[in-house]
Amino acid sequence: MRKVAVIGVGNSKFGNRQDVNVTELAFEAVKPALEDAGLIPKDIEFVAVGSAGAGAWYEEALPAVIAAEYCGLTGAGLVRCEAACASGSAAVFTVYSAIASGQIDIGMALGLEKMREVDTLTVVELIGRAGYYLWEFHNFGMTFPAYYAMHATAHMAKYGTTEEDLALVAVKNHKYAALNPVAHFQKEITVDEALSSYPIAWPLKLYDCCPVTDGAAAVILASEEKVKELKIDTPVWIEGIGASSGTGNLSKRDSYVGLKSAVIAAQKAYKMAGVGPEDIEVATVHDCFTIAEILAYEDLGFCKKGEGPKLIREGQTEIGGKIPVNVDGGLKAKGHPIGATGCSMIYELTKQLREEAEKRQRQVPLKKYIALAHNVGGTGHYCYVTILRR
Amino acid sequence: MEVGFPTIKSRKLTIVNHIPISKTLKFWEGLKEGKIYTTKCKKCGTIFFPPAGDCSKCYSSDMEWIELSNEAEIETFTHILVRPATFQHYEPYTVAIGRLKEGVKVLAWLTGAKLSEIKVGMKVKLVAKVTPEGEPTYEFQPI
Ligand SMILES: CC(C)(COP(=O)(O)OP(=O)(O)OC[C@H]1O[C@@H](n2cnc3c(N)ncnc32)[C@H](O)[C@@H]1OP(=O)(O)O)[C@@H](O)C(=O)NCCC(=O)NCCS
Ligand SMILES: [Zn+2]
Repeated sequence: MRKVAVIGVGNSKFGNRQDVNVTELAFEAVKPALEDAGLIPKDIEFVAVGSAGAGAWYEEALPAVIAAEYCGLTGAGLVRCEAACASGSAAVFTVYSAIASGQIDIGMALGLEKMREVDTLTVVELIGRAGYYLWEFHNFGMTFPAYYAMHATAHMAKYGTTEEDLALVAVKNHKYAALNPVAHFQKEITVDEALSSYPIAWPLKLYDCCPVTDGAAAVILASEEKVKELKIDTPVWIEGIGASSGTGNLSKRDSYVGLKSAVIAAQKAYKMAGVGPEDIEVATVHDCFTIAEILAYEDLGFCKKGEGPKLIREGQTEIGGKIPVNVDGGLKAKGHPIGATGCSMIYELTKQLREEAEKRQRQVPLKKYIALAHNVGGTGHYCYVTILRR
Repeated sequence: MEVGFPTIKSRKLTIVNHIPISKTLKFWEGLKEGKIYTTKCKKCGTIFFPPAGDCSKCYSSDMEWIELSNEAEIETFTHILVRPATFQHYEPYTVAIGRLKEGVKVLAWLTGAKLSEIKVGMKVKLVAKVTPEGEPTYEFQPI
């Protein structure tokens, strides 16, 4: 397999973006990514678009086609990837594989989601249907906050995790989002505010949830030959990618105190990259709900099973701690435009590894220059773990 | 939704799917008689819930129907306040996952218990019923 590097990244402003439609939003990510790589649209041989809500929360059924048209990418090989909230990572995986195999030399993964064209309860419905509609939604009206709430309940019962522990995750991620110009939320919150926010799916409250966000992010990948030919000064190499999956029926899972698909995806990625959790210096993890960040610490091996709450209590996942996590604000506060999130994680880690994080207080000090992205689709229905190194 | 930016409304489309249930008909019919049936693979013995017409373990399609015991133990639960658009006419509801004696697990509403009284490990019973709208379903109830 050939080596593959990230050579250009772009991220639109995340938020309630009723000022733009889905293609205009894509342009806000594609343009800076091309500029960053020093390329023009016709250099891109293949485009994989990660998007989950096509024809549902936004009106267009073929977002890859219209986004490519609007951005002048028509003619490139094209596909839309769906892996729920990990669709962006699935797009990265697809382009990575095409380059590693020798099929192409330069490709783009474009994560794209326009969620705010319908009301919140319709979004709650559409995401709730994305488990196993027939067995868990039709009669029982499961929602995504509820799926993660079930994990919180189980983790609390087994390990004594508290609502305060969850609130600490929200406080940390809001703190960093307030320093991130692309983040949906730009304000800090307190533990008390988090604990007194209104209940969504017990024990999860408003501040335990990611918001409904519009956003796009683009990642341009290239082969080692192209990196040399284009004289890219700071390529960020994809050292490992692992993917796994879990059942649609939550009732068929062995346990609710972790996500097995994340454990397996991480093992595969670590093995491929030849590194372990102790080598990771900065991580973006899938904190769609605060409990999910705690599960991620454990599933990725940043701590032992059941010790995730201790990590957040001790501040070990802040800058200056053992392993800074989600210093871009995470899904919780940067926002979670479903299909864009995976690409936005790579955007953030590329900036971090190049020591270009805006603003400077968000830059993690690095020695080994190794970073990890953990992107979960659904409640562990899909999982992708990607390890990057400068 | 935030107003303030000009938008165009898409055409309104109502979608209703007709989901085939031929292979699991006995399950849906059983609920109306107060019974919870599921399938067991005759070849490898695996019990499935939800019921399945085909075995994902050994790939046989030779299944038999068995009636499930009603005793379950709660593995986890939540109480849903922010409800999906099509569940607005319900009061907030509790959903639990319970493990049955047979080893399979079921996700269903847990009714008739106060949230503060529900605990992981609590024993409950699984009951088949028909909703006021005439839809067959099943739920957990305290013993
Ligand atoms: C939790 C949720 C239901 C809240 O929706 P809502 O109550 O309709 O929220 P609104 O958009 O009406 O916002 C109400 C206020 O809360 C704030 N807010 C909304 N969601 C928020 C969140 N997740 N965190 C913090 N504040 C939030 C808004 O900024 C707004 O504040 P304002 O009145 O000062 O402007 C919704 O954000 C949600 O469903 N999130 C989860 C999305 C999801 O499941 N994603 C997939 C995960 S895998
Ligand atoms: Zn079998």
